[in-house]
Amino acid sequence: MIDFLNGLVALLNFVVIPATAYGAQLALGALGVTLIYGILRFSNFAHGDTMAFGAMSTILVTWLLQGWGVSLGPLPTALLALPFGIAITALLVLGTDKLVYRFYRRQRVAPVILVIVSMGVMFVTNGLVRFIIGPDDRNFADGARFLISARDFREITGLDEGLAFRTSQAMTIVTAVIVVAALFWFLNRTRTGKSMRAFSDNEDLALLSGINPERVVTITWVIVAALAAVAGVLYGLDKSFKPFTYFQLLLPIFAAAIVGGLGSPIGAIAGGFVVAFSEVTVTYAWKKVLEYWLPGPLEPDGLVQLLSTDYKFAVSFAILVIVLLFRPTGLFKGKSV
Amino acid sequence: MSAPFLIGEAMTGGYGSGADILHDCTIAVEDGEIAVIVGPNGAGKSTAMKAVFGMLNLRSGSVRLGGEDITALKPQERVAKGMAFVPQTNNIFTSMTVEENLEMGAFLRRDDIAKTIEQIYELFPILRDKRRQAAGELSGGQRQQVAVGRALMTRPRVLMLDEPTAGVSPIVMDELFDRIIEVARTGISILMVEQNARQALAIAHKGYVLVQGANAFTGTGAELLADDNVRRSFLGG
Repeated sequence: MIDFLNGLVALLNFVVIPATAYGAQLALGALGVTLIYGILRFSNFAHGDTMAFGAMSTILVTWLLQGWGVSLGPLPTALLALPFGIAITALLVLGTDKLVYRFYRRQRVAPVILVIVSMGVMFVTNGLVRFIIGPDDRNFADGARFLISARDFREITGLDEGLAFRTSQAMTIVTAVIVVAALFWFLNRTRTGKSMRAFSDNEDLALLSGINPERVVTITWVIVAALAAVAGVLYGLDKSFKPFTYFQLLLPIFAAAIVGGLGSPIGAIAGGFVVAFSEVTVTYAWKKVLEYWLPGPLEPDGLVQLLSTDYKFAVSFAILVIVLLFRPTGLFKGKSV
Repeated sequence: MSAPFLIGEAMTGGYGSGADILHDCTIAVEDGEIAVIVGPNGAGKSTAMKAVFGMLNLRSGSVRLGGEDITALKPQERVAKGMAFVPQTNNIFTSMTVEENLEMGAFLRRDDIAKTIEQIYELFPILRDKRRQAAGELSGGQRQQVAVGRALMTRPRVLMLDEPTAGVSPIVMDELFDRIIEVARTGISILMVEQNARQALAIAHKGYVLVQGANAFTGTGAELLADDNVRRSFLGG
């Protein structure tokens, strides 16, 4: 029985908690991608770097606040800086829209052209972030590191295995729940939110109903900037901030959005967790858990790790291919790609 | 006789900068009456309707609503003036509930829309039962009711229907025609394009037979039904 509990704790500690936090970050990122796809009708490749920009602006404000001696006690100061980060990111994406996307929207170009345009925006944003904050790792987490530390957990429960629950992980999950709830309330209950869904559903009919397309587009960009900044900051707090990792995050984020069904907000969330849990379970070395759970003779000799963590991106791609083969519109009936 | 409530007079034009589809075509509807546009395939019936609604470029001719020249207005501005248009296809928000479809129809209105929604439910009782259901899950006839309901939410003075009975069963078609007559009785003018010429002319105050983008025959519904030429060419004898 104790062995079973120890195994369970190890599983929670190394798989369930990290994957849930990672899944929440991917879900927030995928929500941004899916909103742009549903309303502006293109795949926004600049989203990863928008997240990096959001995280960067938040870090800069955090440093400023830390310099002034402001802190939130056990919570990271970044939480206080986040609204400023969101505002700066919103200015960036609205500026990009006015400067770049609007020109192509007026020409009514094919979506594939907007995709290429977004790649250009991606490179520029990427360069901007590296230019401002540099390409190196930045750690900006402060406050209490653990909600429950492994040692405390061992002392309280008397188990051999420790369970560490970091503040950043708890904060990621709580923030994601709040943001998602607020987004769904907005989309389903408010007039403006409903007009966004109507515009996404049937653009011509939305115009006939008197819905102003420019207003819908502006609101969409602001929401996407908020989602990107929140996702970027949470990821940076949980892991660390390095511009290049955000560029790489684009892959699992798109996998999540497509797996869930592009254009479907619920799908983006489900997709985020599907991708995160697959990535973590496939790259986790199961030896420890199995040693607790299996009787002596069956205990594994090797690490029981299906794939090295270096190959974790292969997991996103594999899921992507499988879903596109068998359910081209994703799990939640999004638009086909 | 005074000028008609809504008239597209001597309209000539086509889509974008393409060839002219309409040639000196005139369509009008009187206050509270039903006008029907019929004609063979490719006669420009839908195009004439879209021209009245401002969806294509007129090279000459004009559109007047209640005496006011609205030729230069965009479709959205015409909605604000009291015109409502139900396209032939993609005329509902499929992923949204029936009630949300109606709410979106009233997007331009800032006053209380609950009463208008109630009126739509009285007109189409089935929609009340399905109001929490996604409109895309409904049957063809029910979807058309949602589409008409959405258009009526602005409390228009004239309702324009592009083949409202396309793809629905004959029974549903009869019911839809009944509802359209009911709408007209509330004082809303109706201009519609119909494939089912015989039934449509039977309920029409005024009928327009178009051929190759021009007026071929014009008269009351009964006159056209009785006209030998019209019968032989369009109604199958």
